[in-house]
Amino acid sequence: MAVETGQSVVRAADAESIRGRGHRPGKNPGRLRRTFATHWYAWAMVAPVVTVIGVIVGYPLVRGMYLSTTNANEANVERHIGVNDIPATYESVGLDNYQAILSDGVFWDRLTWTVVWTVSCVALSFALGLALATMLNRKLAGRTFYRMALILPWAVPAFVSVFTWRLLFNEKKGLLNKLLAGGGIDAIPWLNDPTWAKISVITVNVWLGVPFMLVAMLGGLQSIPGELYEAAEMDGANAWQRFRHITLPGLRTVASTVILISGIWTFNMFPVIFLLTRGGPGDATEILVTYAYRLSFVVSPRDFAGSAAWGVLILALLSIIAVAYRRALRKQGEVW
Amino acid sequence: METKETAPATTAPEKKRRPRGREERGPLASVALHVTLLLASAIAVLPPLWLLVTSFKPQSEAFSTDLVKDFTFGNYDHVLNDTEFPNWLLNSLVVVGLTTVIGVFIAATTGYAVSRFKFPGMRPLMWLLLITQMFPVAVLIVPLYNLLASLGLLNQPVGLVVTYLTIAVPFCAWMMKGYFDTIPVEIDEAGRVDGLNPFGTFWRLIVPLAKPGLAVTGFYSFITGWAEVAYASAFMTGEENLTLAGGLQTFVNQYTSDWGSLTAAAVIVAVPAAVIFGFAQRHLVSGLTAGATKS
Repeated sequence: MAVETGQSVVRAADAESIRGRGHRPGKNPGRLRRTFATHWYAWAMVAPVVTVIGVIVGYPLVRGMYLSTTNANEANVERHIGVNDIPATYESVGLDNYQAILSDGVFWDRLTWTVVWTVSCVALSFALGLALATMLNRKLAGRTFYRMALILPWAVPAFVSVFTWRLLFNEKKGLLNKLLAGGGIDAIPWLNDPTWAKISVITVNVWLGVPFMLVAMLGGLQSIPGELYEAAEMDGANAWQRFRHITLPGLRTVASTVILISGIWTFNMFPVIFLLTRGGPGDATEILVTYAYRLSFVVSPRDFAGSAAWGVLILALLSIIAVAYRRALRKQGEVW
Repeated sequence: METKETAPATTAPEKKRRPRGREERGPLASVALHVTLLLASAIAVLPPLWLLVTSFKPQSEAFSTDLVKDFTFGNYDHVLNDTEFPNWLLNSLVVVGLTTVIGVFIAATTGYAVSRFKFPGMRPLMWLLLITQMFPVAVLIVPLYNLLASLGLLNQPVGLVVTYLTIAVPFCAWMMKGYFDTIPVEIDEAGRVDGLNPFGTFWRLIVPLAKPGLAVTGFYSFITGWAEVAYASAFMTGEENLTLAGGLQTFVNQYTSDWGSLTAAAVIVAVPAAVIFGFAQRHLVSGLTAGATKS
């Protein structure tokens, strides 16, 4: 699809000018300048993004890595109190922070729960999204209505939905427990018991995630050519065989992409846990990201260095996933 | 789920009948399909609906299971006139408006460049865009906090706008690349032959054709800013500087639980998002999958 920025005509002319007329005095277009002349359009178009990412992601990233090797906390960083500037007094401690984190059980507990959380959220929302998309992808009375209703959770900002769920989950007075009481079932401590809190946060995240999966899967289903199904019907394949041998393979590219994207989003999902349980009870529902946030913005004194070290470890984990993803893309023949 | 279709079919009298085609199903299967979809729709709709219902109840009855008994606009009145809510709304609108406009524009130019041109630095750039999407809040938030503090941008909308751009733009650029890939290159070539430079081609020919893609990208930027919690909670302090995500937390925290105000405010927050969603959703499927399958 891609075309060269500069047309080949220009290229040829350039090459000729080097060989033939390149000896004009004072005129020596260096390789750099020629590259620039050919590609400056493309570079100008990507420059804003590169600048923004460089300043707002690049610099903090380097600085975060540096902070993770110090003992910086609220008490010893640079501060401005009124007109007085108190200089920073933290110092380098090498890899002590990492050693402390990796030899402490808290990190491994949080990592285990984060993996459980990510896998169960993605698996459940994918299965439900695919099932609902399959049901909607056919002639059906009220299809538009169902579609609008099922996508609704996506139209509401996530933090609003999370607050609503907190209202529903309220142990003494919430709607869910009142409905259960109507059926003679004891109140469930949705957000106050470690196990139930875990179930609750997963429920809410799946509820939030299904519409995305549904829409993506619907798009994927519609991109499968109808002729394939017609041919299969001619050959006498039943519905399950058609699903197994046409639909599933046809969805593979879309499915692998959305699973990866939503896996990363879920791994980093901050608002659901932060707003629903604040990581509690205790730290039962705290995932890696919310725990790192807690270290630098919730506990006192704020532990900037520890938080940064957690952040670097999280990033390392995600990089491994990204590399695996790139391998997979290569195998599928993506050119870049 | 497809198996549901065949269940009644196998009990049919003749043994060797043709399997049902895609657009046929027995009455039992139809009922099962509709019951399942109705149940799923109910689960999807109930929480937002309950939010709406609760917002019209007097504060004291926030937890009653009745549908509205004493209908009142009291919560809305209170939120709009006696709290900082209008300020938060304004802050959010400024931040989100700027993020959307700038984000869509630079995501589109970037997406166009990586879709159409081969240039040195393209692969690293695409790799960078992909990896930036994965960045957890936790790595950047402390240094970013320090950076914004030293630039005097804490509590300033500009600080949040720039931060949100880094979240929204990488994904949007990928989506736009996928969308531009579906627009035939011949159109660009025709423009070039007619004497347009690459910017002209992009602006006058491709952008008008890419409106559906731009709509989805704009929608994604809007939602990113409208619903972001972590940065907004950390960078904006002081009642009047909060954005909606931060402000609503003050209604229900460990000290107070003003569910009446919260529900009313939440409804006001959800409505514009839902309206914009309504406009964008027509293009959502094509836009998202174009971005998703190609990325």
